[in-house]
Amino acid sequence: MLEAQLEPYTRLRENISKRDRSLREKVVSLEEAASFVQDGMKVGIGGSTMSRTPMALIWEVIRQRRKNLSCSRCIVSTDGDLLFGSGVSDHIITSWFAQGILWGLSKVMRHHVETQKKNYEEWSHMGIGMRFRAGGMGVPFLPMRAMLGSDVMKQRPEAKPVNCPFTGEKLLLVPALNPDVALIHVQRCDQYGNAQIDGLQFMDIDLALAANRVILTTERIVSNDQIRRAPDQTKIPFFCVDAVVEVPYGSAPHECFGLYEPMLKHMESYVAQVNADPVNGMREYLERYFYEPKSWNEYLALIGMEELLEASQRGRSIYND
Amino acid sequence: MTEAQRYTATEILAILSARQLRDGQVVFAGVGIPLLAATLAQRLRCPGLTILFEGGVIGAFVEPGKLPPSTNDQRCTKRANMVLGSADVLLLLQRGYVDVGFMGGAQIDQYGNLNSSFIGDPAAPKTRLPGTGGGNDISSLTNMIVAMKHEKRRFVEHVDFITSPGFIRGDESRGESGLPMGGMFRVITELAVFGFSERSRRMKVLALNPGVSREEVQDNTGFSLDFDETTAMTEPPTDSELQTLRLLDPERLFTA
Repeated sequence: MLEAQLEPYTRLRENISKRDRSLREKVVSLEEAASFVQDGMKVGIGGSTMSRTPMALIWEVIRQRRKNLSCSRCIVSTDGDLLFGSGVSDHIITSWFAQGILWGLSKVMRHHVETQKKNYEEWSHMGIGMRFRAGGMGVPFLPMRAMLGSDVMKQRPEAKPVNCPFTGEKLLLVPALNPDVALIHVQRCDQYGNAQIDGLQFMDIDLALAANRVILTTERIVSNDQIRRAPDQTKIPFFCVDAVVEVPYGSAPHECFGLYEPMLKHMESYVAQVNADPVNGMREYLERYFYEPKSWNEYLALIGMEELLEASQRGRSIYND
Repeated sequence: MTEAQRYTATEILAILSARQLRDGQVVFAGVGIPLLAATLAQRLRCPGLTILFEGGVIGAFVEPGKLPPSTNDQRCTKRANMVLGSADVLLLLQRGYVDVGFMGGAQIDQYGNLNSSFIGDPAAPKTRLPGTGGGNDISSLTNMIVAMKHEKRRFVEHVDFITSPGFIRGDESRGESGLPMGGMFRVITELAVFGFSERSRRMKVLALNPGVSREEVQDNTGFSLDFDETTAMTEPPTDSELQTLRLLDPERLFTA
């Protein structure tokens, strides 16, 4: 099982050598970008919890009715519900899975794990981080000192407790995680994929380096000249990136640092609906907000102008003194 | 007004938790009561308290009335000294820069092990809980303060699943498991303040909350508790503590 998860180093190198890493324009439509995700793939998801979630890409992947995706993200929120509830994923690798601390347990996650036997593979938060980092470093594992002694470790035969060859201490080796494709949402990037992230970057840099392909959605596309004026702000280099889509409000109803906070009224009504009935409530939600709208903008219109504006007002206020 | 009516159970939890922190410390705080209590301590007595959040934040001063809904939201970064990646902020625990970890808990046992993963058999769970988040990392790598509701079903002899390790099976078992540093320091509930004995590493009562009896604490606990001869009675929340707390959480997101 572990061998199946770990990609041989030569294949990882080959994957990169085959990618066109030239400084080339790679702007595509949301539909085209989401089609990089194929059935059965390992999909790494950027952001964390309700922050900078690549929701537009998840939305489109669900609309394209992909199957058997194995998804990984440091912490999942309603995105995890939607991936299980829509049937696109039966395996989620993460450290925490609920809609948000404000709403208690996710009935959707509980339904799919407890009765549908879908796999919520739990690692510690740092464990996920070290797995992406090892993937990004091109090594098969990294050592860490958390998870030892816990039942979280005992549930994970993929992780190996060892004695350090230098000191003899107990350490835990966690295997690299190299997703087939990473979905990441950023505040801005250029047409080549040089991506600038404001505020919290979570594990997105390691994730971008670890993945075999990276799809970016961005709040806006800026010129390459603008990127070059502040190269220290660029967090993901263009040659990691395979496709770029400009999607304003691409994390809605989650937040995007400095632009909008979570759209809590929408989140609350979502939670009430799916927790009341994780099967039919979810089906109705997906029908109304995911399958029926003709475009992402139509989805945003359903969330509503007032909610978008309120979220934007709160989002921008982070820069107020 | 009687003592019990002056404040709610979650308010005394937040206030007693805040009293455990010292100025100058570096504290890694989870969402909810820990975030609120750390911010309260910062406002009342510890202006030099450095608060870390797992989203990747060093030294935040969360704004009153704008509590973050998770430790990964932009509100966590208010007036911070630095933002960095989540793996990197967690690695600060491993390197040893953090004095205290501060979390909530769903279920705890006599050795301070916390369960936030499964109720019942993990292979066929009665309830799948949200999981560790950064909890396992924090409790593995530093000294822990846990703030939680005191109920018999939450205070059990052995947790169903060790998500975040305390002293494992007591005595030396934590160190032998590969966790030489840190461990449970305090557990704060609406009934009492608990510590852990030096040798056996079992939970013991350090102080009773105002108006709470030994029997009441024992009756709400699923294992036998030791009481020191010197078991103290905690000073009730002051008006200033209550006022500041209510200023921080006016909508009562975390102090219902």
